[in-house]
Amino acid sequence: MSERKACIVGVGETQYARWGKIGDITEHALACQAIQRSVADAGLSMNDVDGLASFAEDRNEATFLASELGLPALRFANMVWLPGGGGGCAAVGNAAMAVETGQAEVVVVYRSLCQGQFFRFGTGGVDVSAPVDPQPPTVRSADSLMLASMGFAMPYGLLMAAAAYALPIRRHMHLYGTRPEQLGQLAVTFREHASRNPRAVMGAKPMTLEDHQASPMIADPHRLFDCCLESDGACAVVVTTQERARDLAKQPVEILASEQGAPKGYAFGPFTNANVADEIYATGGTEEMAHRLWAKAGLGPSDVDVAQIYDHFTGCVLMQLEDYGFCGRGEGGPFIETGALSWHGGSLPTNTHGGSLSEAYIHGLNHVVEGVRSLRGESTSPVDGAEVCLVTSGACVPSSAVVLGRR
Amino acid sequence: MSDRFFPDSMPPPLADATTLPFWEAAAEHRLVVQRCTACGKTRLPPSPVCAECQSDQAEWQEVSGQGEVYSYTLVHRPLAAGQTLPFVIAVISLEESGDLRMISNVVGIEPEAVHIGMAVELVWEDMSDQLAVPRFRPRS
Repeated sequence: MSERKACIVGVGETQYARWGKIGDITEHALACQAIQRSVADAGLSMNDVDGLASFAEDRNEATFLASELGLPALRFANMVWLPGGGGGCAAVGNAAMAVETGQAEVVVVYRSLCQGQFFRFGTGGVDVSAPVDPQPPTVRSADSLMLASMGFAMPYGLLMAAAAYALPIRRHMHLYGTRPEQLGQLAVTFREHASRNPRAVMGAKPMTLEDHQASPMIADPHRLFDCCLESDGACAVVVTTQERARDLAKQPVEILASEQGAPKGYAFGPFTNANVADEIYATGGTEEMAHRLWAKAGLGPSDVDVAQIYDHFTGCVLMQLEDYGFCGRGEGGPFIETGALSWHGGSLPTNTHGGSLSEAYIHGLNHVVEGVRSLRGESTSPVDGAEVCLVTSGACVPSSAVVLGRR
Repeated sequence: MSDRFFPDSMPPPLADATTLPFWEAAAEHRLVVQRCTACGKTRLPPSPVCAECQSDQAEWQEVSGQGEVYSYTLVHRPLAAGQTLPFVIAVISLEESGDLRMISNVVGIEPEAVHIGMAVELVWEDMSDQLAVPRFRPRS
């Protein structure tokens, strides 16, 4: 292997909590804490770090964090242009490109969220208790391309992610007979994994299929327990070269392949992509990217020992299982019913930390952290002898993924 | 004024110079899509360039608003004060414009009765004398 081949050598996180519960520390201070822990886990010091990478319209600019953390020199500062959680693995991929091309030696990828200090994602930014504008409703000026595009969603009340992502899975149900109980089984499995993970926000709250089916309807077919958590917390991963990794604290995890992107016309996913090709609408939108990913890694779905799949909503996981070739199109529901996703004896142990549904919603960077732990044998739901882990970021929006490996 | 389905406090459309003509036509109760004058492909939302042939020449074409439900969701959380719940957000396939789809609402029906493939027609909701929003109801 090339001496400059990228690998992950450190992971770290802060406390994870329900949204709004971390109020005594700023979001950027929380980012610093996660970065420091990941660097310490690698056996490195801040003097070794010369790059920072993030995603999801990060408020915590790399330039300021570099100053706050005392980086000797910032040689690489990068943020992914994909919306929201779709950029997590892409940020890792960008960090890998940076170290492989010699732009930087040690790049830390980070994500920090204190939703209570800014706004709560789940509401779509709408405060229904705010005073009503006394002016008659009229068209307002959009001050960004994003808002002009959202102008064709907002007047219909399409602002909440739970409603937007309901549209493709509802059509999937229509086309293939996918059932809410299959989505429920997935949520229950991830909760079981969370119950073994002391970091998980929902670790102490068991869930049965009956609990899932009795949870309040948010946006049909999404019940409350089909929706990811809304969390505060931060995590980080350290990317460097194979050469640099050799004398560090822990066995490096190789980045075997990374991919990012979106199908034609995808824009901001189901908020704005009503006209994406018919054969793509009821999918995670990641099938073509998955083909590129497997080709680049020289591996296929049958080589995967453990997966950390972006789970903003249960249905988005189901459609990704099909996109990445773990089962055929339309077969995601029956695949889940086989118990495939369970840590304990499943054919594809998935989200062994509990995922965004049950560990924490850190825009999916915590899935990369768990991917590393699952290959190091450090997961609280370990998969014996795991050598290949798929990690995905986002689905039904522009997305990204990495294949991690241990040899 | 038309029938009302949603409260005044619903989020208003935001527009820039590229998208504003859609809302200006809407105020006159005309549902328009962009049609590329080079290759004839229709598109919505409006955009500066045709994604099929890359031409920047386009015209506005009025469509009847006959369509069918392509997908939908029943939303049980309010987006505006005083809103009736649940309400229906749907992707509508417009019949006469090459299956061009748009996001809208289905109104005038019990939400639980909405289904994929349901035939719908355009209905304008005047939110004020300056703003009309296209919504859809079961075809009569």
